[in-house]
Amino acid sequence: MTTYILKRFLQLIPVFLGATLLVYFLVFSLPGDPIVALFGDKPVNEAVASQLRAQYHLDQPFWVQYLLYLKSIFTFDLGQDFSGRPIAAVLGEVFPVTARLAIMALIFEAFFGILFGLIAGLRKGKLFDATVLVASLIVIGIPIFVLGFLLQYFIGVQLGWAKPTVSSAATVQDLILPAIVLGLGSFAYVLRLTRTSVLENMSADYVRTASAKGLSRFKVVRVHILRNSLIPVITFLGADLGALMGGAIVTEGIFNIPGVGNRLYRAVLSGEGPTVVSIVTVLVLIYCLSNLLVDLLYAWLDPRIRYDS
Amino acid sequence: MKGDTLNASVEIQEADVQEAGFAAVRPLLEIKDLAITFATSNGDVQAVRNAHLTIMPGETVAIVGESGSGKSTTALAAIGLLPGNGRVSAGQILFDGEDIANAGEKRMIELRGNSIGMVPQDPMSNLNPVWKIGEQVRETLKANGLPSGQDDVATVLSQAGLPDAARRAKQYPHEFSGGMRQRALIAIGLSCQPRLLIADEPTSALDVTVQRQILDHLDKMTTELGTAVLLITHDLGLAAERADKVVVMYRGQVVESGPSLELLQNPQHPYTQRLVASAPSLASRRIQVAKELGVESDELLAPGDATAAGPAVAEDVLQIQNLSKVFKLRSGFGKSTDFSAVDDVSFSVKRGTTTAIVGESGSGKSTVAQMVLNLLTPTSGKIVFDGVDTSTLNSKEIFAFRRRVQPIFQDPYGSLDPMYNIFRTIEEPLRTHKIGDKASREKKVRELLDQVSLPQSTMQRYPNELSGGQRQRVAIARALALDPEVIICDEAVSALDVLVQAQVLNLLAELQSRLGLTYLFITHDLAVVRQIADHVCVMEKGKLVETGSTDDVFDAPQQEYTKALLNAIPGARLMLPPEVA
Repeated sequence: MTTYILKRFLQLIPVFLGATLLVYFLVFSLPGDPIVALFGDKPVNEAVASQLRAQYHLDQPFWVQYLLYLKSIFTFDLGQDFSGRPIAAVLGEVFPVTARLAIMALIFEAFFGILFGLIAGLRKGKLFDATVLVASLIVIGIPIFVLGFLLQYFIGVQLGWAKPTVSSAATVQDLILPAIVLGLGSFAYVLRLTRTSVLENMSADYVRTASAKGLSRFKVVRVHILRNSLIPVITFLGADLGALMGGAIVTEGIFNIPGVGNRLYRAVLSGEGPTVVSIVTVLVLIYCLSNLLVDLLYAWLDPRIRYDS
Repeated sequence: MKGDTLNASVEIQEADVQEAGFAAVRPLLEIKDLAITFATSNGDVQAVRNAHLTIMPGETVAIVGESGSGKSTTALAAIGLLPGNGRVSAGQILFDGEDIANAGEKRMIELRGNSIGMVPQDPMSNLNPVWKIGEQVRETLKANGLPSGQDDVATVLSQAGLPDAARRAKQYPHEFSGGMRQRALIAIGLSCQPRLLIADEPTSALDVTVQRQILDHLDKMTTELGTAVLLITHDLGLAAERADKVVVMYRGQVVESGPSLELLQNPQHPYTQRLVASAPSLASRRIQVAKELGVESDELLAPGDATAAGPAVAEDVLQIQNLSKVFKLRSGFGKSTDFSAVDDVSFSVKRGTTTAIVGESGSGKSTVAQMVLNLLTPTSGKIVFDGVDTSTLNSKEIFAFRRRVQPIFQDPYGSLDPMYNIFRTIEEPLRTHKIGDKASREKKVRELLDQVSLPQSTMQRYPNELSGGQRQRVAIARALALDPEVIICDEAVSALDVLVQAQVLNLLAELQSRLGLTYLFITHDLAVVRQIADHVCVMEKGKLVETGSTDDVFDAPQQEYTKALLNAIPGARLMLPPEVA
């Protein structure tokens, strides 16, 4: 097992290098000169511009820029963004906010998705099942920005049940509504996945054998149906954590949350190569680590899967 | 649990009927006029009608029938585990005098485990893969209010014949062999010492020798505990050997019932007669009897006739010389151990004959088949097909070789692409080998369907619309499409019901005599070998232990292993008078 985890960590190295190189190249090939854009409507002062270019190494060829960037990572000095703040500090500021949001969304979608999916599966064809199936289809069908604005308006503004916007501190309370909006799409998916998985397991031979042993219905469901049904769901949830972190851009925009998505969006618009690459690289690493976590969880849930050899 | 008990229980039952008031012993389970209905999208379907059977305490009763006959459904109704869309629509199920046909779930949970136990059919799918074996035994004990410590679990498992039970209890199902899983399931079924045990095809997924051990052990345990057994099986031989009484079901109805031997020797209903005639376990004796009596049996002797009618000195179409296959098993951290799946095997196959390779699972018989098909590369040794060493073939020659050697696999559900209709399935090899144009290929497919006795309308249908036997016919048609010389049948009839199996074997025999085909028949079932093969190779743990003509091997087996295999055929020990044949 240790060997396996070590191997997986070693695999992160090429993923890291590949992701940074690719993202750096994409930012580099963006049209327009970011330094000129900094001047806005004012006339460009060539002396200042070339000084800035030298500071951000923008006068160097692509490979030199990329290698300098790598060097800055390994010396733990990510440099500064265009407003002069250290990028490391920016990361330290935005990631906790988005992580909080994503984890809240994950808890929401996992808890309610599995609960509703289980009930729907056990009562296949009944009213509850039909209702949640239709509802989940609607949720999946409507784009997140529409859902976000609707919930913000009705629940936040009209009913006043939750705050429609988020303070700069982005507390847990502030983030309840945004987390529901962010997790809603995946919630519908988890629900349907759990339902299908439960239905499949309900007709499994070992479930019938469990009943034949004289176990109560509750025991059969909890011990034999639920645990086996969770295996595919857990896989999805783990991979979804990374997707939620990266996919929070729209939600963060609607609720004005000072998180990763907002900052990344601005950095892309202003062509701040190092900032974009730093944020994306952290996202890639989170994605890889959450996938590793899924694989380990998978082995724990399903003893047939072993990574020893 | 046979002999004395048999007579006693029958007498008691008769007495019981005559003097109902006296009621010294009342039946443990009595099923009266039972009807079971399934609600489907096309309306209600009646799966069981007017079923009736009686089991006295401590007695073993077998229900025999083909799949779809309603035998399992009847048994499941007795333990209240009908699938969601099924219900008892009429009749009574009296368990110890109490009607449980429509008992509530609460009452059934009380009865299950400690009054009515179950040993299910497929050991591979009936244990939950994510829980340890011990845990699955423990929850049974706990649910029925019995002590459920580690020692209790180990005791239950060791009583079911599981060696080293305390350690084994900590393992997961996938670390168990099929036989050991079935022992674990028997342990679970009997752990609470129920008065009635429902054993639904408890060994049909196991090798014959393992099957015998498990059934012997089950017999011993139920006799000791005085448990009554309701045995569900498709194998009449097995039923007759194990049960006091046999109930024959056909299309949801009980067509005949009575004491085992009586029913076997003097079947009244036409269906029972057919079943007796084609039961593979009995057929092995039957051919022999037929031969001794000089009776012509065209169908069953067809393969033999083909050889007799063939050229006097048939050439070897296939020669296997010192064939070995070694697999490397990974044993952690870059190390590996060698596992000899096939070890120095040599034999040859004459053109137009059938050679059977027999052995239990793990004996290497399927590995041999895969090497002959050129799907696996031998570690050493040669396979000479029609004078050419197949390992020297280049990719183009292998393509041509494949045209002459075709496979038929065991599982007709898995070997047909569910997205292809039957026409496309059979036409595919023709298209792959660029034979003919569209019109001629269609004509060929029609001919092939005729050859395997399927209506031409089958062409537009999909595999899920066909029965197991029909699918296997399609697989045969596909194998025949390229006019091969050799067909490798890997357990080609093992998944089929006895009657269907007999039909497919007859078809294969007929095709052989008509087309001069050569078969290499891989099977674990000696009874099937008796019906189809001219020569037998017996394999054990990768080695060829015995080879010879079918008659020699069956009449005078030389090796202990072969004798054990022959002895393990269910019903082989039953002496049948010749007139049964």
